[in-house]
Amino acid sequence: MDVSFILIILLFGAGATYFVGDKWASKAALIFSLAAFAATIYITCLYNAGENVSLLKLWIKSPRIFLAFHADGLSLSMTLLTTALTPVILYSSFGSLFPKTRAFYALILFMAFAMAGTFLAVDGLLYYIFWELSLIPIYFIALLWGSGTAEERKKAVVKFFIYTFAGSLFMLVAFVFLYQRTHSFLNFHLYSAALTPKEQTWIFLAFFLAYAIKIPIIPFHTWQANVYQKAPAAGTMLLSGIMLKMALYSIIRWQLPIAPMAAVQFKYILVGLCIAGVIYGSILALKQDNLKKLLAYSSLAHVGLIAAGNYTLTLDGLRGAVLQMLAHGFVVVGLFFAADIIERRFATQQISEMGGIRVQSPKFTSMFMILVLASVALPGTFNFVGEFELLYSFAQTNIWIAVIGGTTIILGAFYMLRMFQYVMLGEKNAKPFADVTFNEGLVFVIIIAVLLVFGLYPKPIADFVTPELEKILVYINRFNK
Amino acid sequence: MDILIAIAGLGIICLVAEIFNLRKAIVPVTVAGLLAVLGYVGAKICSKNPDILGLGFDERFHGMISSDKYATAFSGLFILLAVFLVALSPEFHKEHKAKLSDFVAIKLFLLTGAIAMVSFTNLSMFFLGIEILSISLYILAASSPKDVKSNEAGMKYFLMGAFASGIILFGIALIYGATGTFSMIDINTMNREALPAWFGIGTVMLTIGLMFKIAAVPFHFWAPDVYEGSPALTTATMSTLAKVAAMAALFKLATTLNAHVPGLLTTINIVAVLSMTVGNLLALKQNNVKRMLAFSGISHAGYMLLAFQFINLSTAQGNLFYYAAAYTLAGVAAFAVILSVCGGKGNEDVYNFNGLGKTQPLMAAVLTCALLSMAGIPIFSGFFGKLFLFGQVLEKGRMILVIIAVINSIISVGYYFKLILAMYTKDAVEEGKQLPVPFVYTAVAVLSMAINIAIGIYPQFVLDLIN
Repeated sequence: MDVSFILIILLFGAGATYFVGDKWASKAALIFSLAAFAATIYITCLYNAGENVSLLKLWIKSPRIFLAFHADGLSLSMTLLTTALTPVILYSSFGSLFPKTRAFYALILFMAFAMAGTFLAVDGLLYYIFWELSLIPIYFIALLWGSGTAEERKKAVVKFFIYTFAGSLFMLVAFVFLYQRTHSFLNFHLYSAALTPKEQTWIFLAFFLAYAIKIPIIPFHTWQANVYQKAPAAGTMLLSGIMLKMALYSIIRWQLPIAPMAAVQFKYILVGLCIAGVIYGSILALKQDNLKKLLAYSSLAHVGLIAAGNYTLTLDGLRGAVLQMLAHGFVVVGLFFAADIIERRFATQQISEMGGIRVQSPKFTSMFMILVLASVALPGTFNFVGEFELLYSFAQTNIWIAVIGGTTIILGAFYMLRMFQYVMLGEKNAKPFADVTFNEGLVFVIIIAVLLVFGLYPKPIADFVTPELEKILVYINRFNK
Repeated sequence: MDILIAIAGLGIICLVAEIFNLRKAIVPVTVAGLLAVLGYVGAKICSKNPDILGLGFDERFHGMISSDKYATAFSGLFILLAVFLVALSPEFHKEHKAKLSDFVAIKLFLLTGAIAMVSFTNLSMFFLGIEILSISLYILAASSPKDVKSNEAGMKYFLMGAFASGIILFGIALIYGATGTFSMIDINTMNREALPAWFGIGTVMLTIGLMFKIAAVPFHFWAPDVYEGSPALTTATMSTLAKVAAMAALFKLATTLNAHVPGLLTTINIVAVLSMTVGNLLALKQNNVKRMLAFSGISHAGYMLLAFQFINLSTAQGNLFYYAAAYTLAGVAAFAVILSVCGGKGNEDVYNFNGLGKTQPLMAAVLTCALLSMAGIPIFSGFFGKLFLFGQVLEKGRMILVIIAVINSIISVGYYFKLILAMYTKDAVEEGKQLPVPFVYTAVAVLSMAINIAIGIYPQFVLDLIN
């Protein structure tokens, strides 16, 4: 049994979900996603027991392309994030009715398949295929089931697609160029490609374009807020919870070890750019009256911080980034789910029209409160662990970066708590707000449980990812002895 | 040559069948016959002992024709495309049943021309091939005589095509003057330095003539009007079979003549860049799907011209063949859907596709896949076609060409998605009752798309046909 098994379950599940018909589609999707999650856990256990769960098989002879799926702490933890969040996202959609149900659930599973493939693939071209493949389902999910008029939706989604497609094509050119040098697409061959500093710069920039658009780092972020706002809740969760992490993960897996000289050279510029994005996102979030847009900009700020951690090229930065990716994945899914619940009941995304929920639903209020606090990295939550390590890595790089980065926590606390105040507190709203259903409550409880458990005891995950990050750091530092 | 005889024979059988009032049998017999020939070609490719089946240079036909791997592989592709195009005919021409035998026979003759164009070893054979192909297309373009646009298309195509043929013939004459022979094998062995200057001039004229046929910029002006005016099935034939046949012939000529003309390769690169860019930019503005595909075809011709940048000839041949197969199969699938959607509508504007995702989900899905393949999104074979070509060009060290091609791929997403958006986000214009899609249209669309995806998942199979 190897990691490709997870992918097979998800792909087969997507097909089966489509064919069982509208009535059973949601249940089938949930079962298959849980099966994939179980398989991931089982494979992780096998991996920890020292078994070889990777797959390496020749796919195309010329050019040499391998079906190469590699399991290590890094890829497995990201796969775990994907397969753990997929059932949560599916389950959170149970409350809404979608036309063409089976296509909707099948696309979500297909998306999970593509994203898990991106995390596991270590053959550059295979990785690229999965990377692009994940665009197609999210395109249709946002286009067909999103909110707003068809015209607005179309504009937002097409912009998103063309932006990301454009970025990733340059990554493809970089891969093809590397293939000419090494005659292989496998990552460890690419790591040891003998590249001149100038070539490394170009390769680094080609990768950067693809990742900066997907993360997004300013000034490539303009697609983000509109798509988050227009996409259905499940689509937004997939995008912000998992898909952005594909780019953050790829920085560690591909960009830094392949072109380390450029990474060292541009270190301060990149960290500065990412931090600028954090501040920019926070300020925009302060001004938003649209709940989903506010969350989108807060997400922009958080991923900016993660990206900055990646580019510090320190072990703490990388580990903090990985931990924060996992934590942010869960918390952002929870927050968007809460926003979706409010939107369903109040039929609005405007914060000014909300308020007074606490009086009507104390349960929902307390769960939302915990998510908000986790999002602003209160000690005791998973997010605190990641954010602390990130700030520590900034301090190792340059104390001023840490100081500026640290202010974002204050800004974050400010806009999140203000949002909480306007949305939840205040006079009782004229519109009724039904209490959370069992399904909704269960989703919140799972997410909060994960955040608290790993917030109090992050050691297993930290230990799980550290060896792989250390290996990658060796590759990154091979030129500057 | 045996393939040529078999297919020409099938064409004659079609005409005879009409006389004996066996109209219903024409298409089934033709399709079966073509599939048999395709099987024969497959056997030729697979056979370990090529002599038995006459693989390679054939003395019996006075060095007119050879069946090397390049020729055989392309012939197989052409026959496969012809099967699809012939299968679409009866449904498309159901208003003119009496002319069906003519249309099918002309398509078969066109196929013989296309095969001659890739398997020639003699310039006179090449010219025969291109003329058979062209004349068949002139007739097919004007085959809807009561439609003014079809008349215009036929006339325009004929004038332009005849002009291009004249240039080709002039080029062949110059090459004959320089070498004293039509035989490619003899020319190949001659010392290039010792040949007079008009050998190079002749090669350039041949190249220009064929650029007309593949509609590369700046020789593309006929294409949009002719594509729009011709009956849709003819447009499908032109943009898939005929274009790729001309492309394959151009590649074979350029590589075997191998004239040392200074700047020829650079010029081809410029033409490739222009074709890609102009084709894509103009396609963005089109509202008629046939016109849009015409411009997209121009840009694909530009991509295929990148194959001229090579280090290893057989790899380049394989890459060109793969790209041609990916492009044409997606093209046939797209046209099958267009035929079924626009069959009774009288025009092919984008709004006809509104709401297709709801009314005919299967056809909409096939068209989406076909367009995604043309745009070069992975797992569809169009992606690998582009990947192999880009890799080959990078190997030659032409980074700038690849960057331009990549930027063009991004532009092309813009207009391919216009159609996809129309299918999935707009509501159908007329809420009338939906006519069921004819079975052959569905079958051809699904089958050609399935082959497209299959060679995307297993590209090695296609590459091995030539390497």
